[in-house]
Amino acid sequence: MNGEPIIRFDDVTKVYPLPAGAVVALDHVSLTVEPGEFIAVMGPSGSGKSTLLNLMGCLDVPTTGRIYLSGQDISGMSDDDLTRLRREHIGFIFQQFNLIPLLSALENVEFPVILTAGREESRRRATEVLAAMHLDDALFSHKPGELSGGEQQRVAIARALANDPDLLLCDEPTGNLDTKTGTAIMDLLAAENRRGKTIVMVTHDSRIAGYARRRIQIVDGRLV
Amino acid sequence: MIFLPFAVRNLRRHWFRSLLSVIGIVVGVAAIASLGILGASLSALVGGLVSDVSDTILVTPHVAVSSGAPFDPRNILASRISDRDVALIEKAAGQNRVIPMIRTAERLTAGDTAGYVTVYALHPDDIPLLLDAEAGRYPAPASPGVMVGSLLADDLDLVVGSRIGFGNESVRVTGIAAGRGMGIDINPDYAVIVTDARYPNEDPGMVVVKVADPADIGEVKAAIESQVNRRKEKVDVLDSREVLQLYYETMDAISLFLLGIGAVSLFVASVSILNVMVISVTERTREIGLMRSIGAERREVLIMFLAEALILGVAGSIIGGISSALVGYYASAVASGLLGGFFVPEGAAAMGPAVAGYIAFGMAFGVLASLVAGLYPAWKAAGLNPIEALRYE
Repeated sequence: MNGEPIIRFDDVTKVYPLPAGAVVALDHVSLTVEPGEFIAVMGPSGSGKSTLLNLMGCLDVPTTGRIYLSGQDISGMSDDDLTRLRREHIGFIFQQFNLIPLLSALENVEFPVILTAGREESRRRATEVLAAMHLDDALFSHKPGELSGGEQQRVAIARALANDPDLLLCDEPTGNLDTKTGTAIMDLLAAENRRGKTIVMVTHDSRIAGYARRRIQIVDGRLV
Repeated sequence: MIFLPFAVRNLRRHWFRSLLSVIGIVVGVAAIASLGILGASLSALVGGLVSDVSDTILVTPHVAVSSGAPFDPRNILASRISDRDVALIEKAAGQNRVIPMIRTAERLTAGDTAGYVTVYALHPDDIPLLLDAEAGRYPAPASPGVMVGSLLADDLDLVVGSRIGFGNESVRVTGIAAGRGMGIDINPDYAVIVTDARYPNEDPGMVVVKVADPADIGEVKAAIESQVNRRKEKVDVLDSREVLQLYYETMDAISLFLLGIGAVSLFVASVSILNVMVISVTERTREIGLMRSIGAERREVLIMFLAEALILGVAGSIIGGISSALVGYYASAVASGLLGGFFVPEGAAAMGPAVAGYIAFGMAFGVLASLVAGLYPAWKAAGLNPIEALRYE
């Protein structure tokens, strides 16, 4: 990491031009995420949390300002370059799990690996991370539709970790889970953080936010 | 490459929908290939009929009110070529043999079968020029006997010496003419051939000029036209090359028309693939957004959807190619059956490469059509914004 922050936002503004008028989703935001941090981004809906996460995840580029991922400026990058950055440096965990319904649990985890590595290598790594998520071997061949919500989220976390990313981005990771399952999932994430994984998590559940070591409040596109 | 097995799974997930698309392609490919084969076999068959008369000029009376088109009802008007005009034709033809002939019909009875047959009446000296005797001899000036065409003889079990009712009298079959197939001049296989002494007062209905050197055809034709049609259009002059060309043009038009029908069905099939793929992209918008966000490049999404369209197209084309080989042969068999069935050997021999060509053409067209149909949905899928796609419900 050569001392660089994982993420640095430098006076970032994001404006969505909508037919009803431009919407300023992020308004001159500057922040840094250091390696090993576990950050909870909190704020009411429409405050810009998702935009912040999308920009961190290289799914979008800022309207003005600069974003650096491990010191690399992503502001002017092409779509293919951003895609490769996401594939190699970022893991996504969604509220809806977003597993591919046609693929088995194991194949879902293999998917991001197989885009760069060979079939054997991806099978080996997928098995490894799935086991680390305490998913029963017998469920590896199951399709997402045959798994419980908690099991699906374990598979999704395994998929996010499969390429050993620098940064894990979580969007309401427990939003679709009951409290007990949610706690188990948060324990897994906390364990990953203790092992050194940098995590940024969007939530409006303050109990869940308690797992993080730093909180960022965002209101109307500004950090408060 | 993970995308190919993935595409196969996607197609199997909606197997019924995929099946319908494949059926569409099958029908399209089969239509193109088998209609192409049908057209080719028609023209091969007809080509076989007319190819043996390259040295012939045909002079027929010009019917002023008729356009000469096959379905123009006005061309039933009977007309003749006068002796004076025959003399002019002879003058124009120079050394080449001029054969005037009367074509009429007579009632024929053989055993308990009776019906009307075509009758060709020629000068006795001219008969051997147009026909070969398979058995017996040519009709002679003095004898009342007749010659019958080979197929008519087969049908009625006639042999040399048989007695048949012909017009109002009873005559002997003196000879059987060898099979000749259809020509532009005469079609003797189902006809009776007699000497022109039988119809002393009739003018010939047509005149055939046998040109010794085929290179002279154009010149002789022009000479006849200028001699006979000097003051008014009295005769039509056709040479066999023109007839051949007319046949080929007609056949080309038919082939093109049939191919057009095939192309339309393939177009419909590719629209159905387009439809299926667009639906598929819409249904899988979130999935595409997810794949893009976790690292699939645009190109990879494009390939995945193109692969699906291509699989449908290739599967449909293979099945369509096989079935059209069967359908095409059946269609050719039916077509040759309609044309009398006795030209099949030559026709079929010429068919091999044409059949393979049309099947290959149909299959290539099918694959291409599905690829084109898949292009738009694939491009649309690849261009999806991952954030919006992920949010899509």
